[in-house]
Amino acid sequence: MARAKLRVERVTKRFGGLVAVDGLSFDVNEREVLGIIGPNGSGKTTMLNMMSGAFKPTEGFISLSDRQISGKAAQTIARAGVGRTFQLVRLLPGLTVLENVVAGAVFGHRRQWGQSAKMVALRMMERVNLNISPNAPITELTYIDQKRVELARALCGEPNILLLDEWLAGLNPTELEAGIDLIKTLQEEGRTIILVEHVMGAIRSLCDKCVVMASGAKIAEGSPEQVLADPEVIRAYLGDEDE
Amino acid sequence: MLDIVISGLLLSGTYALVALGLNLQYGVSRIMNLANGEMLVLGALAAFWMFTVGKLNPYLTMVLAAPLAFAGNWLIYRFLLRPLVSRSKNQGQLEVDSILATFGMSFILIGIMISIEGGFFAYKYLSIPIEVLGTKASLSRIVAFAVACCIGLALYLWLNRSRTGMAVRAVAVSPQSALLVGIDVPKISALAFALGGAITAVGGVLISTFITLDASIGVIFTMKALIIVIMGGVGDTRGVLIAAVILGLVETTVATLIDPGLTLAAAYLIFLGILLFRPQGLFGRKPT
Amino acid sequence: MIRGSFTELLIIAVLAAFAATVPLVANGYWLSVCVTGMMYIALATSWSMFSGPTHYISLATAAFFGLGGYLLATGMSDYQQPFWLMLAIVPFTGAVLAALIGLATLRLSGVYFVIFTLGLAEMIRNLVSWIQNNFLGSRGLYVLTDYTERHIYWMLLAVAATVYMLGWLINRSRLGFSLRIIGGDETVARHVGINTATAKVILFITTGFFGALVGGILAPRYSYIEPNQVFSPQLSFLVVIIALLGGSGRLWGPLVGVIPFTILWELVQTYFPNQTTLFLGVVFLVIVYFLPHGVVGRLEQALEQVRKRR
Repeated sequence: MARAKLRVERVTKRFGGLVAVDGLSFDVNEREVLGIIGPNGSGKTTMLNMMSGAFKPTEGFISLSDRQISGKAAQTIARAGVGRTFQLVRLLPGLTVLENVVAGAVFGHRRQWGQSAKMVALRMMERVNLNISPNAPITELTYIDQKRVELARALCGEPNILLLDEWLAGLNPTELEAGIDLIKTLQEEGRTIILVEHVMGAIRSLCDKCVVMASGAKIAEGSPEQVLADPEVIRAYLGDEDE
Repeated sequence: MLDIVISGLLLSGTYALVALGLNLQYGVSRIMNLANGEMLVLGALAAFWMFTVGKLNPYLTMVLAAPLAFAGNWLIYRFLLRPLVSRSKNQGQLEVDSILATFGMSFILIGIMISIEGGFFAYKYLSIPIEVLGTKASLSRIVAFAVACCIGLALYLWLNRSRTGMAVRAVAVSPQSALLVGIDVPKISALAFALGGAITAVGGVLISTFITLDASIGVIFTMKALIIVIMGGVGDTRGVLIAAVILGLVETTVATLIDPGLTLAAAYLIFLGILLFRPQGLFGRKPT
Repeated sequence: MIRGSFTELLIIAVLAAFAATVPLVANGYWLSVCVTGMMYIALATSWSMFSGPTHYISLATAAFFGLGGYLLATGMSDYQQPFWLMLAIVPFTGAVLAALIGLATLRLSGVYFVIFTLGLAEMIRNLVSWIQNNFLGSRGLYVLTDYTERHIYWMLLAVAATVYMLGWLINRSRLGFSLRIIGGDETVARHVGINTATAKVILFITTGFFGALVGGILAPRYSYIEPNQVFSPQLSFLVVIIALLGGSGRLWGPLVGVIPFTILWELVQTYFPNQTTLFLGVVFLVIVYFLPHGVVGRLEQALEQVRKRR
C-alpha cells in the first residue's frame, strides 16, 4: 500500500457551539485526486481551510508526508508545499497579472527571485492557458481568467499538494469544459489534488476517490461511482438536487 | 478601602455610558469614531456655557443636548460617513477611511470649541458632599451615576424588547444577513450612530458636573471609551458594563493609593494586557 | 514585483545634492522652515514605508521622536555623555520600542493598532513626567552643543537620504514585494507563504529607528528638553497628514506632500495661531474625501487618462 501523502485524522472544528467538521478522517495518496463533496454547509470548505492553515482544528491531526501540519500557521503550511485557490477568487487588485502569479514563486515552497521567478510565472501562465499580457491590470480579467491566475499562483509554488476550492463553480458551459480539461492535464502530470466541488460531471471524470460530507461528518468514501450510488449520499443531497 | 470602591463605581457609571455610546457606533454602524471624546466635551461645553451664561441647570441642558446631539450625529453619519461606507470595498478600507475622517472631525470640533472657550469649563453644581455608606461623595457624582444607570437600563430594554432594537442588534451581528431579512441597514446604522453620539453627549454633560474639562481633553475620553469597548468585547453590552467598572475601580485605586498622575498609565497597562491575552474581549470567543 | 528604477534614485540624488546647498543661501527664518521641512521628509517617508503598503495608521511617531530626544538629553545632561554617542544609541531604543508595540498589536486588526499608538506618546509623556517629578526632581535637561540650525539641517538631510535609499532597496526586494501583497490581501499573503507578522514588524521597527534618530538630532535645536514638548501628539498627526497628502503609495509621495504642507502650516501658524487644530481637521477631511490616494494618486490618475486618450 502506498504511503499516504496527506493524512487527516479525526479532525473536528467547532465554532462556538456549532460543529462544522466532526471527527473526519481520510487519506490522500501520491498522485491521487480526491474529491470532497456534500451539500452546502456540510463543512467542506472548513476542512479545506484547516488543511491550508486558515483555521486550526479544534481536535485531531493533519499531516503531510508524515509531518504534522495541523495547528501550524498558513505561511508555514504553504512553505511545506500546500498550494490552494479560494472559493471566492482572491486576487491582488493593485498588482499586474504577472505580479499576482509570481507571488506564488517568490514566497512559496521554492523561494525564487528575479528573472528565474518571472520565468516560472510565465511558464505557469502558459500552463493554465492564460493568454493575456502579463502586464495587464488584474481588474480587466474575465472570471475564468481570474480563476486561472489563482491556479497559476498556486502552481508557481510547485506544491506537493494542491487544494482547489470550487474552482469550477460559476463557469459557463464552455468555460467549464475547458476548466475540467485543464485540471485533467494537471492530474496527468501526476499531481496530488484535493477538490471541493459541486459539479458532479467534473467529479466523475476527475476524481479517483471521493469523501462525502454531511453536517460535518463523513457519510461515504470510495470511487465516484460508488459514492454517488450510495443511498445515504442520495438522501443527503435530496432537496439539494436542483443545484 | 470602601471609599475606593464607591468612588470607583460612581466613576464607572459615567464611563459605561460613554462606552455604550461608542459601542453602538462601532458595533452597529461599523464606524470607529475617534471624535467620540470631542462629542463628550461638546456636551460638557454646552452644560458649562448654559450654566454660566443662562444660569441653566445642567440636567436641563442634558435634556436639550440629547436631541441636538442626536440630530448632529445623524447628519454626520448621513452626509460624511455614509459615503465612505458606500465607496469602501472592504472592512479594512472603511476602517482606515473612518479613522481618518473622524480624526478630522475631532480636530475641527476641538478648533471650534477652543474658539468658544479656550480655558477650563469650570463651574460648580451640586458639589454638596453626601455620605454614602460612610464615604463622602459629591451629590453631582451620585446623580450622574443614577442618570447613567437609568439611561443604560433604558437602552438595554430598548435593544432587547423593541422591534427597532432587535433590528439594531441584527445589524450588529451581520449587516449582510440583516439586509436579507428586509432590515434597512443604512437607516439602522444612521440611527445607531446618532443614538451613540447622543448618549456620549449626555455623558459629557454629566461628567462636566464633577470633572473640570477643557476643549482639548477629548482624546483622553476617546481612549478610555475605546479601552472599555475593546476590553468588554465589541458589541457586547454586558461586557462593556463590566469593563467600565473594572476601569473605574483600577483608576480610582491607582489614583488613591499610588499617584493620580498614573491613572492613564494604569488604563494603558490594562489595555496592553487585553491586547496580548484576550484581544477578543473579556467574554468574547476567539475569532476564527 | 520589483519597483523603483535607477532613474528614480538618480533624481533623488540630484535633489539631495541641491538640498544640501540650501543652508549656504538661506538663513534665519527660512533655514528654520527648511529644518522643519526636512524633519517631516525623514519622518513621513519612513512612516509611509510601513503604513503605505500595510494600511496600518501609526500614531506612534511622537513616542519615538520624544523617546529619542528625551533619552539623548538625559544622557548628555545627567550622565555627561557626548552627543554623538547618545545619537548612536537612541535609534536602537526606538527600534526596541517599535518591536514591542509591533509584537503586541500588529497581529491584530488595524483598529487596535491605531488606538494603541494613539495613546502611546501620551502615556509615555505621563510616565516620564511622573518619574521626573517624583524621583529626579524638576531639574531641566539641557542639550548644549555647538551645532547650529545648518548642522541640524545637514544631519536631517543625511537621515532623509538614508531613509530613501533604504526604501528604494526595500522596494526592490522580496520584503517590499511581500508588503504589497499584504496590503492587497493578507489572507492571500499568508497562503503564498509570507510570514506577514514578521514583515510588518520589520518595517515598523525601521519607523521606530528613524523616529528616535530624528528626535535625537532635533534635541540641540530645543536645547532645553521637557517631556510635554518632545512627546507632543501633534507631531504624529502632522506626519500622517503629510504622508497621506502626498500619497503613501509611492516612496516619493511624502516628499510631494511636505513642501505645500510646510508652507501652509507656517502661514496658518503665523496668521491664525488659534486655528491650527481646525486647519488640521480640515486637511484630514480633504484627504479622505478628495485625495484618497494623495496628490501622487491624483497625478497618476491624470497621467493614465492622458495615456488612454492617445
